[in-house]
Amino acid sequence: MYRLPGVMNSIYLDNNATTPLDDRVLQTINTALQRRFANPASAHQDGQIALRELQRMRESILQQLGAVTSGMHSCRLIFTSGGTESNNLALRGLATARQRTSRTARRIIISAIEHPSIAETAASLAREGWRIDYLHVEHDGVASLQHLEELLAEPAALVSVTSVNHETGVCQPIPTIAQLCADSETLFHTDAVQAVGKVPVHFSDNSITALTVTAHKVHGPRGIGGLVIAHGTEIEPILFGGSQQLGARPGTEDVALSSGFARSIELAIEELETRTEHLTRIRNRFEEQLLAYFGDSIRIMGQNSPRAPHTSNIAFLGCNRQAVVMAADMVGIRCSTGSACTSGSSEPSLVLKAMGRSKAEIDSSVRFSFNFLQDESLVREAVQKIIAVVVRLLGKKAI
Amino acid sequence: MKQIYLDYNATTPVAPTVVEAMQPFFSNHYGNPSSRHALGCAAAEGIEDARMQVAQMIACDREDIVFTSGGTESNNLAIKGVMLSGKQLAGHMIISAIEHPSVVAPAKFLQRLGIDLTVVGCDADGVVSPEAVYSAMRADTKLISIMHSNNETGVIQPIADISKLCRRAGVVIHTDASQSAGKVPLSVTDLGVDLMTLAGHKYYAPKGIGALFVREGLVLEPVLHGAEHEQGMRAGTENTPYIIGLGEASARSSRAIDDAVSHMSKLRDRLFNRIQAEVGIPLKVNGIGAERLPNTLSIVFPEVTGYELLNAIPEICASTGAACHSDAVDMSPTLRAMGLSREEAAGTVRFSLGWFSREEEIDQAVELIVGAWEGLRVS
Repeated sequence: MYRLPGVMNSIYLDNNATTPLDDRVLQTINTALQRRFANPASAHQDGQIALRELQRMRESILQQLGAVTSGMHSCRLIFTSGGTESNNLALRGLATARQRTSRTARRIIISAIEHPSIAETAASLAREGWRIDYLHVEHDGVASLQHLEELLAEPAALVSVTSVNHETGVCQPIPTIAQLCADSETLFHTDAVQAVGKVPVHFSDNSITALTVTAHKVHGPRGIGGLVIAHGTEIEPILFGGSQQLGARPGTEDVALSSGFARSIELAIEELETRTEHLTRIRNRFEEQLLAYFGDSIRIMGQNSPRAPHTSNIAFLGCNRQAVVMAADMVGIRCSTGSACTSGSSEPSLVLKAMGRSKAEIDSSVRFSFNFLQDESLVREAVQKIIAVVVRLLGKKAI
Repeated sequence: MKQIYLDYNATTPVAPTVVEAMQPFFSNHYGNPSSRHALGCAAAEGIEDARMQVAQMIACDREDIVFTSGGTESNNLAIKGVMLSGKQLAGHMIISAIEHPSVVAPAKFLQRLGIDLTVVGCDADGVVSPEAVYSAMRADTKLISIMHSNNETGVIQPIADISKLCRRAGVVIHTDASQSAGKVPLSVTDLGVDLMTLAGHKYYAPKGIGALFVREGLVLEPVLHGAEHEQGMRAGTENTPYIIGLGEASARSSRAIDDAVSHMSKLRDRLFNRIQAEVGIPLKVNGIGAERLPNTLSIVFPEVTGYELLNAIPEICASTGAACHSDAVDMSPTLRAMGLSREEAAGTVRFSLGWFSREEEIDQAVELIVGAWEGLRVS
């Protein structure tokens, strides 16, 4: 097996990239795998059992996310292969369906700090002639509502703004944004993969058209996610094939992944309050200890904004962010320079750039993200190691 | 009630060794493979090992395998990927009349966008002839997609011959081999294809994982946009455990394919011979004159519908050749293309066997099937 120094005693502070699977969820998945579920599209009894199981999972997830599941306004959950697919489906599927049915403008508004799965889907639509406008964010990472109002003065098919930013943890004013979109009869999608299980999510209480959720950010399995869509919303598929999921998303569904997904969401919502409290406490302890040592020579990105409790994005002024991540890795601290999806590249963070942060901050920012299974003593150990790493890097530079 | 599962073409159970192989990647090596720290690297290494195992099963290079969420996505990526690459949305493509919906539907979608589509037929045995494909080819043909083996009849298509035509004409050829993996040896070199679809849940890996073989140098427009996963061809955080599972299933298949072929064909022939002996009247087997997968048996039962027959034996999981509504018979496109009559299509039942099928089950199934058939005939 592959080993690097420190693998055994590592401290995993990269929970925004992915979270370890909860033992309880793993048990659910293994039970389902061993029950040998049939193809839910099969007409025989075993197939029908699998189909009913899927429906049960769907309803459970919708309920946990505050989506209405019965009556005149019942919402739908489309299972996908994960957050990336849900975001692709939402952007392309909602925008093209809207364009087809009501001939609105071929124009989409997204925030300037979206994940690549939104930004790149928008870019692919731009190549097909769609106009993409970018919603500004302020220095503290929060989207400018004034700019949104200006943008909405002109017709658009769809607005997409992430609920909680993956790099800074900054929360967007989703209810207000949703209301502004509703007032101008514009569809509104939010990527809530970093929000679910970290902050309250109430789909139906707000005028949200569609919401992306994924399992592996809340101690669930990889390879599955969902798109919640409001009652009566038209959506064009991006994958074509069989008649599964009313044609909105063909492909044989996996009961094992779906049940793991549902279990992880159920646990995250049931335990939301205690998890949030705990995460806030350890994240705050983490930041307080670093601030106590470094004072003004570190900056916490989005510090004064509403933030989800699990993320801390810190600029170690004078350090190189990649050097910090690598040196931390050597002493067993797993952290990241930003989105894992872009961390292979040496490009500076587009999120921090859009926030108008200084070059010194952008060059030295590192993301730490926690999970609810970690405790204060682990955080203390991490802080000591990070201090040692940063001091050494700054020292070297001074020489 | 103990079920007799004769529906392996619909889906297979996950092999116990596959479940086992996935466990460490569920619990220990949970890092995001894109992360640059040690935990990410361990996951990335596991994925590359699995990629090698899949590549070895179909005799290609490791770099030519792209992991997807399954057969449907692989087929979409192959077809949309080829036809939507390049600046101009134009050109012609060919599929056959017996393709799976996940090939037909993206082709029809492209047709709505302005791509020309030709659907070539098959003969009475369900074989798409290279001559038919050749006569459909045009100067602007960009892609030909013909399945490797048919899900309903098990008939194996002459892909190597068709790909020779494509090579000569400079046309890209894709084959959906979802039904072939784990049932017959597969080599992209021998077949000469540029793209090949694999679906995990048809060969003892879980549902929700698949792969696409993409010949080196071929550029595809991605279906899912985002970060630069899978050489920029498929965005989304890799499902490490399921990828490991697909690798293990592929390795098992590579090792045991000869034994699997003889096991399944022996039982499949036993199933048919015994039913035939008991029924007495000569039974029509769809695709009998062609080369077939060793596990598939598509029989036309006379005087009954497949729907009635399977309804009468809830102990057996199998599939019909047509979906029956109250007063109409909805023939499967494959059986229609083969020229079956409505009665024949309605009477068709597909039995498909697998690695875990046992002789006792087959003998039990024969008894149940023949008993039900006789009962329905009398009434």
